Amino acid sequence: MSTVSTEEVLAPVRTADQSGAETSRRSLLKIFLGGGIAASLATFLYPVLRYLVPPAETNLGVDTVVAATIHELKPNSSKIFRFGSRPALLVRTAAGEYQAMSATCTHLSCTVQYRKDVQQVWCACHNGMYDLNGRNISGPPPRPLEKFQVHIQGEEIHVQRA
Amino acid sequence: MSPTARVQTWIDERFGWAELIAPLKHKTVPRHRLSYWYFLGGITLFLFMIQVSTGILLLLYYRPSANEAFESVQYITTQVRFGWLVRSIHSWSANLMIFTAFAHMFSVLFLRAYRKPRELTWVTGAVLLFLALGFGFSGYLLPWNTLAFFATKVGSEVAGQVPIIGPWIMVFLRGGPDVSGATLTRFFGFHVAVLPGLATVLLGVHLALVQRFGISVPPRLENDWKYLPESQRQTRFFPNFLLRELMAWYAALAVLGLLAAFFPWGLGTKADPFASAPAGIKPEWYFLSGFQTLKLIPAKVFFMDGEVLGVLSFGLAGMLWLLLPFLEPKRESGHRPVMALGIAAVAYLAGMTIYGYFGK
Repeated sequence: MSTVSTEEVLAPVRTADQSGAETSRRSLLKIFLGGGIAASLATFLYPVLRYLVPPAETNLGVDTVVAATIHELKPNSSKIFRFGSRPALLVRTAAGEYQAMSATCTHLSCTVQYRKDVQQVWCACHNGMYDLNGRNISGPPPRPLEKFQVHIQGEEIHVQRA
Repeated sequence: MSPTARVQTWIDERFGWAELIAPLKHKTVPRHRLSYWYFLGGITLFLFMIQVSTGILLLLYYRPSANEAFESVQYITTQVRFGWLVRSIHSWSANLMIFTAFAHMFSVLFLRAYRKPRELTWVTGAVLLFLALGFGFSGYLLPWNTLAFFATKVGSEVAGQVPIIGPWIMVFLRGGPDVSGATLTRFFGFHVAVLPGLATVLLGVHLALVQRFGISVPPRLENDWKYLPESQRQTRFFPNFLLRELMAWYAALAVLGLLAAFFPWGLGTKADPFASAPAGIKPEWYFLSGFQTLKLIPAKVFFMDGEVLGVLSFGLAGMLWLLLPFLEPKRESGHRPVMALGIAAVAYLAGMTIYGYFGK
């Protein structure tokens, strides 16, 4: 290895009076190049960002569902059923009436359960307690559970979004 | 001080900036009329990076089970915003990557860059190409459509023809005696875990070797340069060659975007294990030459089954190809048979592929 000619890094020979024009021309070219690269990166990034957000679920619009039949629940018992894509709770009180509410705890979204011993709705995760109307009565839950309407049609118990 | 200068100083105080970038500064790339062939390896690397990133994106929605795979790909292409584009880029980039890898390999062969001291660079590159074919074969099944189902059936059946261990390989690939949901689960594992792991390690070694030995100069030119040192031309790797390489990547991206947008990859129909194979079924183009060869070999050659002979020849050819740098005769004109073999290989692969494509 002796003489190795290496390509010069873009460095044109300039005279003193040219250098100002040369600099502004160069900075303009830099803006074009940088802007072009930024614009093309944006066109790659935009579809990726849109892709990352999943399309909205289509089955959220369920308004009514058959939760159970009248023979299923004894007084002072309960059942978790599917309401759209989320669980809901159907309770038959000790007095024999039906109550339905969302089963998703308003604290951190655990699924609640009916407790026969205290006859209240309880969340096992953080000891949240609701009454049978879904009102938060003790523990961390900040809001009541969403309450649903119950209609009995023949043998079927229909639950409807209020 | 500008923010970049401050970051630079921060790094310099801790790790020594000058030392970090020293290899970049000193690295040069030989410049001659065949320099353009050097871009192919870099473009293949770029397409591999695209495969990794679009593959990760597809993983967000894909579900690897026989009941859900087809539906999830359908969901990606019809429901997810730009999902069709991401999948189409993944498919097109896979095909382009195999093509550029082949082109890179043959350019390395004909520029004789495999010769001492770069034998292992060749070997790692050849193994990477086989892995790329493995990626192609395993990824092809994942949408669980009819074509993929039969391609996998035939492909794994071919692997089953290997004497003695063949049946075992076939069951290993399929996860059972037949192509089923178990096969899909396995292929998914190969495609997103096993092969990427192996490819990453080998790619690291391959690039480290390229870095260690620098870029090869074709022998005739090397000779000229030895006797006439002032005729030697080198380009700085950074920034000159790198910027040109980046331009090549942008061009590759433009081609890819064009193909993906105007010829979006189809999905076909969902695989039905109890349906007949559709007429005119063919594998991906990079398996066509092998497919056509197997079609042409008679059922019995002497005492051997045609399929067994074909599979054994493929294995032997692959092995010889892998070890090519070590098999070249050491004498003055020892490269001539290798060059002839290279030309024959290109002609055979191209000819059989075209024949397979147009043949009945």
